[in-house]
Amino acid sequence: MTPLLQVSDLQKFFPIKKGFLKRTVGHVRAVDGVSFHIDEGETLGLVGESGCGKTTTARCILRAIEPTAGRVSVRAANGSVVEMGALRSSELRALRREMQMIFQDPFTSLNPRMTLLDLVGEPLLVHGLGNRREREERVADLLRRVGLRPEYMRRFPHAFSGGERQRIGIARALALHPRLVVADEPVSALDVSVQAQILNLLLDLQADFRLTYLFVAHDLSVVRHISNRVAVMYVGRMVEVAETEALFSAPKHPYTAALLSAVPEPDPRTRSKRIVLQGEVANPASPPSGCYFHPRCAYAIERCRTETPAWQEVSKGRFVSCHRAEELTLPGVE
Amino acid sequence: MNDAMTAPLLSVRNLKTYFTQDEGTVKAVDGVSFDMAPGATLGIVGESGCGKSITARSILRIVDRPGRIVEGEIHFRRPAANGRAERVIDLATLDANGAEMRGIRGAEIALIFQEPMSSFSPVHSVGNQIIEAILLHQPVSRAEARDKTIEILHRVGVSSPEQRVDQLANQLSGGLRQRAMIAMALSCRPTLLIADEPTTALDVTTQTQILELMRHLQQEDRMAIMLITHDLGVIAEMATDVAVMYLGRVVEQAPVDAIFHDPKHPYTRGLLRSIPRIRSKTRERLTPIAGAVPHPYDRPTGCPFHPRCPDFMPGTCDRKAPSLRPVGDNHAVSCFLYP
Repeated sequence: MTPLLQVSDLQKFFPIKKGFLKRTVGHVRAVDGVSFHIDEGETLGLVGESGCGKTTTARCILRAIEPTAGRVSVRAANGSVVEMGALRSSELRALRREMQMIFQDPFTSLNPRMTLLDLVGEPLLVHGLGNRREREERVADLLRRVGLRPEYMRRFPHAFSGGERQRIGIARALALHPRLVVADEPVSALDVSVQAQILNLLLDLQADFRLTYLFVAHDLSVVRHISNRVAVMYVGRMVEVAETEALFSAPKHPYTAALLSAVPEPDPRTRSKRIVLQGEVANPASPPSGCYFHPRCAYAIERCRTETPAWQEVSKGRFVSCHRAEELTLPGVE
Repeated sequence: MNDAMTAPLLSVRNLKTYFTQDEGTVKAVDGVSFDMAPGATLGIVGESGCGKSITARSILRIVDRPGRIVEGEIHFRRPAANGRAERVIDLATLDANGAEMRGIRGAEIALIFQEPMSSFSPVHSVGNQIIEAILLHQPVSRAEARDKTIEILHRVGVSSPEQRVDQLANQLSGGLRQRAMIAMALSCRPTLLIADEPTTALDVTTQTQILELMRHLQQEDRMAIMLITHDLGVIAEMATDVAVMYLGRVVEQAPVDAIFHDPKHPYTRGLLRSIPRIRSKTRERLTPIAGAVPHPYDRPTGCPFHPRCPDFMPGTCDRKAPSLRPVGDNHAVSCFLYP
């Protein structure tokens, strides 16, 4: 079956303007040729460090920002595959009903002057669905689904805790029966004891509504708990995509291995020798030659300095961009 | 326990720091007690609003108004220096802006903040800010202080410190800024370093670098570190002892291995069950703690954790507040399950 979402060679460059005339002196290559797909009903975790382009990728998919180049194709509800860049704005608006977003910070992403009823009901209003009473019923139903009491729908967001606010954001995202939900760091602003509640809720809702998630996060432990497959980005490029188990137990890219090793484990008995990466994440405005990771890579050879590694399928469904992917055996976590 | 080798460096007893406002009193720190040995790493772990940062600020006497220490003692052992013998003083009784406190703050007890960007002045070079700290506490000339600054920047792993010393904070990356922050904190060789979420704003690979650096510097300088964080992974990695805080109280304190492998308090157990782990099964459901941290004005009676506690005993936990009692070697719990 065709995937629900197919992203091919996506690029997003932001111009750097300088001087009185605001001339463009260069580009920040925020997303630099990214390709992946998401099947219906699965969760793809998109991980990487700050500035690697994971959020920009997510926003380009939703057309919240216009990509510089590349194709984003979506399989619509009727089975036809549409390329989002070719759509007129009215068609795009119709397609947006099927693609919704959950934001990171529940304190700034909800309008403090709107009640829960207005917040969760707004997408219905925008798309002209139902009359006032029907909207209210739908909002009550949605609030129940995310674990909030419908009696609270006349209250304002400030009366709720961080975890409850994130539930409100989730209810709002679900109001239009979307098929694809893009969640951008949905639990990283929450307390640890509340994170688990929201992750469980996301798993439950996915099963109930057959949702497809693109789950953007920097926390690999969280990603392991929610994803079927994981994609790793570094300085605007994809370095590895694999099934979650395979990626965690036997990473194929040295950057993935370093990321996995860097996660501090909540167990003092496993204090082990970490892979300590030297240097800093490359600047996406002036990335290094060849493989962007080579200045920090312990396995770099001459070829890595000069030649950009190809995005190659090393085994079924497993993509890596590393010249030495076939020969290296890298440590993972069991 | 009173010989010089095992006497604590810092001993906090029943510390209470309250914020009194028109809406009511926020008991940010409500009877915290713990000891720190010289050279040890005490991890203080807890969720937002548990009072971990205010505890640190109380020790340094930099609590913002209207917050103030209403009760308790903070005994700090000052090393012998300038012909003065080693002695223990109660920081809580000192004038926060007096000469003695200013002599301790930044010199003997140093602080690293979470956000290195907002902790540096944006209009002075990073080097000048470190030089200023050195000049304030040490009898050296400006040129000597500058040399010391370059030397310490080099020590914390800042490449080409001769150039970096004249740069502004916004010209440095997050990791470099945190290194500069550590350089400033260590410039006067403190005996106690308080690190308040030192790696929370950093990426994991940078976090590894900074934690490694802190461990290395601690071994060289033999200073004690109070590491405040919400991240149990960082605690497990770094701490020798751990205090778990909830709503202004220490609910459990123990050596690091006991906290992770023999936790006693229902909150500690709940926390350990609820965190996602990298060695877990893929797409496994987690076991969360019910409810959320209560609003500070809406503090539960009795044990502050009782509304969320799976072992809640009606009539006991909601009426009386438990106190910290020993349950094993250096292991203390504040819970009625352990009378």
